[in-house]
Parts: sequence; structure tokens; C-alpha cells
Amino acid sequence: MQPPVERVLIETSEDLVALRRLVRERAAALGFGATDLVRLVTAASELARNIIVYAERGFADISPVRRQGRRGIRVRFEDEGQGIPDMELAMRDGYTSGRGLGKGLPGARRLVDEFEITSEVGRGTVVTITKWL
Amino acid sequence: MNAFKVPILKVGDVLIVSIQSDIDDRTVIEMQQRVLEQIERTGARSLLIDISLLEMVDSFTGRMLSDIAAMASIMDSETVVVGIQPAVAITLVELGLELKGVSTALDVDDGLRILKERMRERQRRHLYSAKENAAAG
Amino acid sequence: MPPDNQTPANTPDPRTIQLLTERENEILEAWIENRLQSSDFRETLISGEELRSDSQTFLRAFITAIANSNVEEMRGKEFNAIRRLLLEISEARAAQAFSPSETAFYVFSLKESLLPFLRDEYKNDPELLVDEVNKVSKALDKLGSFIFVSTIKNRERVIRQQQQDMLELSTPVVQIWDRIICLPLIGTLDSRRTQLMMERLLERIVKTRAEIAILDITGVPTVDTQVANYLIKTVTAVRLLGSTCIITGVGPAIAQTIVHLGIDLTGIITRNQLSDGIRLAFELTRQRVIQLNSHAESDASAEKGENDERVQSAHP
Repeated sequence: MQPPVERVLIETSEDLVALRRLVRERAAALGFGATDLVRLVTAASELARNIIVYAERGFADISPVRRQGRRGIRVRFEDEGQGIPDMELAMRDGYTSGRGLGKGLPGARRLVDEFEITSEVGRGTVVTITKWL
Repeated sequence: MNAFKVPILKVGDVLIVSIQSDIDDRTVIEMQQRVLEQIERTGARSLLIDISLLEMVDSFTGRMLSDIAAMASIMDSETVVVGIQPAVAITLVELGLELKGVSTALDVDDGLRILKERMRERQRRHLYSAKENAAAG
Repeated sequence: MPPDNQTPANTPDPRTIQLLTERENEILEAWIENRLQSSDFRETLISGEELRSDSQTFLRAFITAIANSNVEEMRGKEFNAIRRLLLEISEARAAQAFSPSETAFYVFSLKESLLPFLRDEYKNDPELLVDEVNKVSKALDKLGSFIFVSTIKNRERVIRQQQQDMLELSTPVVQIWDRIICLPLIGTLDSRRTQLMMERLLERIVKTRAEIAILDITGVPTVDTQVANYLIKTVTAVRLLGSTCIITGVGPAIAQTIVHLGIDLTGIITRNQLSDGIRLAFELTRQRVIQLNSHAESDASAEKGENDERVQSAHP
């Protein structure tokens, strides 16, 4: 039986590898298919890397979720970094061309089913993503 | 020094880089450095990056691949990336990463074939411009 | 283990259970007779022996289940056992072309057969009679409706499976030649279909080492901005794999729509006819189909085939 919430500290690039591996394992155990697994792990990698780049450290909480008989997985990223001054700009959809600027948030959002973000300049940011089976 | 996690082999005139597992960002940057050093040291004009075992390519990895191809090109080397997995390709497209400037092939065989053809094409061009220069006198 | 003097509400009185146990055979005969005589019974579909055997098993399981049990909650392994039994019976009957209503009614009809026995037992105790009739009815009502519920659940499962099968059937990838595959798309392209189509197409490209994937959209009724985006997405993903995607079946209507909508198709190869797409695929894979007129010509052509220059399509 899985523990309800698993926390991964995010500070180094090795932590990113550990997070990716754990998210993949948990999601695979829930029954996610190959393509969805890659989507989820990629989104998690993007958001976790944001923590390292913009906030130096933070953590990610992974948990299975249930709603009206549907099962899914939720990952909540939290940091105490600088926050996002212009949310609208950060979430603006525009394809990056490899030399992309910005935090890759719109891209990550496309890969998951639910995407919530709250941020306060000087206090930190919380991003929660959910993917349903 | 520890053995480097990403093997780089020279096969004929081609440098083959094989990324065999999920690697951390630091290793990625180190790999970029080593590849360029090897291009310089061996004079290899072709670079093949095999990511058939890579189960995820995010924006950082994607940028890294684009960068390596661009840097290799500046050093007069052609690059082909082989083995992008279907699920990874779909995710890259959804992320909006097209890996512009990066040539891709299905597998090592195709990649080597493409590189060989490019080399031949180059030699033809060099030959042609040499003839032109000679004619111009 | 007999309860206290006061039988808890919703648990049949021990007298009822004793009655049912002692007169089980009589009840069984009455029930079977009731069924055989009823106007809705279809004796062509089920034999007398089978009816008897099923009814006997059910009646016994029913008596066991309601003894010392709460008929409102219907929990416990005896109730689970009788529910399993009902599932078996209703599946067997369904296979014999009985409707779920008929099978449920079969269960409800036991009430009618039990009534005279209960009336006889409690003839001096009308209040107790009413209570016991209620309890027995409640249990049989719930068991009868259980048949409906499980039939519906079963049908929903079948529908989901069929939907899945249809989705998969609708993306048949055909290998036309060495390293050339074709996927004829038929029907509307929605998000879910596109998803499945892309996964299958890409997997087949890898598995067959296809250099060219031809996507024929003759059978796609409308191409709007959304569908065009799905197609562009597919072409891009195929390119990332290292192959080339050719879209064929692009007719006048689609061509007009694309231009009017301002959709940018640069870098995407399109052809009107599937055959043109195939011809291009052969060219791109350095292959050629030649017409043989005589032996002499065929020898000459065979020599030519290998050395032809061909255009390498570089990835942009």
C-alpha cells in the first residue's frame, strides 16, 4: 500500500533524476500508459528544474488521488524563492524555439490534466499538477 | 577520476555518443564539453548521438541537443540524433520543442548512412569549388 | 445463535427461518408450479430440470442468507454467496435469451409463493405476519434489483471495450513496401483519436523502420484549424523520429479551407492522390518501379536502378 504523500527535496541536479524516477515509478504503478508517463515525468522535470534555477531549493510532494472513482497522481512543487512577478507573462503560450526564455510553464501545463499555480513575489511559488488515468 | 557516465566511441570517422539512462544536468553539460573536445582531438567530422534508451527529453535536454549540433557545426561537424522514442516525440511536440537544426534518424544504421551521404555530398562540393578555383586561375 | 427475546428489526424471526427450512420442499414445488403456470414463462427456452435445479439452489441459499441477517444491509458472506449465484443464473439465462426483467421477475415471484406459507404460520399473529412478510419481501426485492444493476454494469463494460476496439480498428497501419507505411484515416479526428493514431503510427514507424509514413485523409470529412493542428503535430513527431510524413487525399475543398483559414503548412508534404504520395515515397527512398516490355529492356533497366541519383530530403 503506497504511503499517502512522498516528499522529494529538490536542490541539486541529482535530485531531479531522483524525482523523475520516483514520479515514473508511482505513476506506472497506478497504471498510466507509456505516453502519459513521459508527459508526466517531463512536466515534473520542468517544474522541478524551475525550483533549482529560480529558487535554489524546494520540494515536491507526490501523492495518489481519487475523485468520483477515477484514480490519478498529483505532484505539488513548492519553493520559497523570488516568486513570479508577472504571472500572465509567465503563463503566456508561445512556442519556444530551442533558445526559449521563460519558465516553460505553458508547456508543462499542456502535458497534464490539471495545473494550479500560486505565487507571491518575495515569498515563493506553489505549482500543483494532476494527471488522471 | 570516475569513469564518465556517457560513453563516447570513435567508429571510423564518426563519433558515437550513447546516452544510456536518465542523466543529471551536470553530466549533460560535461558530455557537451567532452564531445567538442573529442571532435577537436580526433578530427571527426560526424557526430551521432544515440538516445534510444532515453525515456524522457525535457526542454533542458532538448536545448542541449540543439546546442551540441550547433557547436559541432561551427567546428565543421555534422550531427545526427537517433532513436527518439515515440512517446518522447509526442511529448516534445506538445511541449513545443521541434529541435530545429537537429537532424534525426530512426536508428544507428540510418544515422550512419545519412552521415556518410552528407560526407559524400561535402566532398563533392569541395571538389566542385576546387575545380572552380582552378578554372578561375 | 438465537438473538435475545426481541428480534432486531430487519432480521427475520427465528420462527420464519424454521418454517422455511422445514417446509422448503413444499415451497420449492409451489414456486416451480407458479413459474410453469405463469403467462410470462417461456418453457421453450429452459427445461423443467434446469428450472428445478436453479430454483432449489437459490431457495436454499436464500434461506441461509436471511437467517440471522439484516435484510436492510444484506452484508455477510451468505449474501455475497447468493449474489454470486444470482450473477451465474442471470448470465446463464441471458445466454438463453431471457431478458434481465424476466430473470428479476423470477426472483420476485418467490414472494408470491412464500406468502401462503407465512400466512399459515402466523395466522394467529397478524402483526408479526406483516413484519415477516415485509422482511422477506425486502430481501427478495433487493436481490431482484441487483440483477438489473449488475446487468447494466456489465453492458457498460462491454460498451467501453467495444469503443476501445473501434478506436484501434480505425487506425490500421499498412506496410506498402520496404520502409514505406500507409495509414488511411477514416472518420472525424478528435483529440482522443489523434492521440491513439499518433501513438500507433509512431510505434509502427519504429517497428517497421519506415522512412516514409503516408497519412491519407481522403476519409476525413472536415479539416478545420483543429484537425490541421493535429496533422501538423503528427508530421512534426514523425520528423523527430527521423522519418518523413506525406499527407495525401488533400482535395480542392481541403485546399481551400486551409488557405482561407490561413493555416501554415510550410515544410509539410501534401499530395492530392494517394498514388502520387506513393510515387514520391519511392523516390525519397531511392526506389523505383519500372515497366518491363522485353527481356532486353529489363536487363538494361535493372542495371540503371541502383546508381540513380536521388534527392535527399534534409530535415529543416
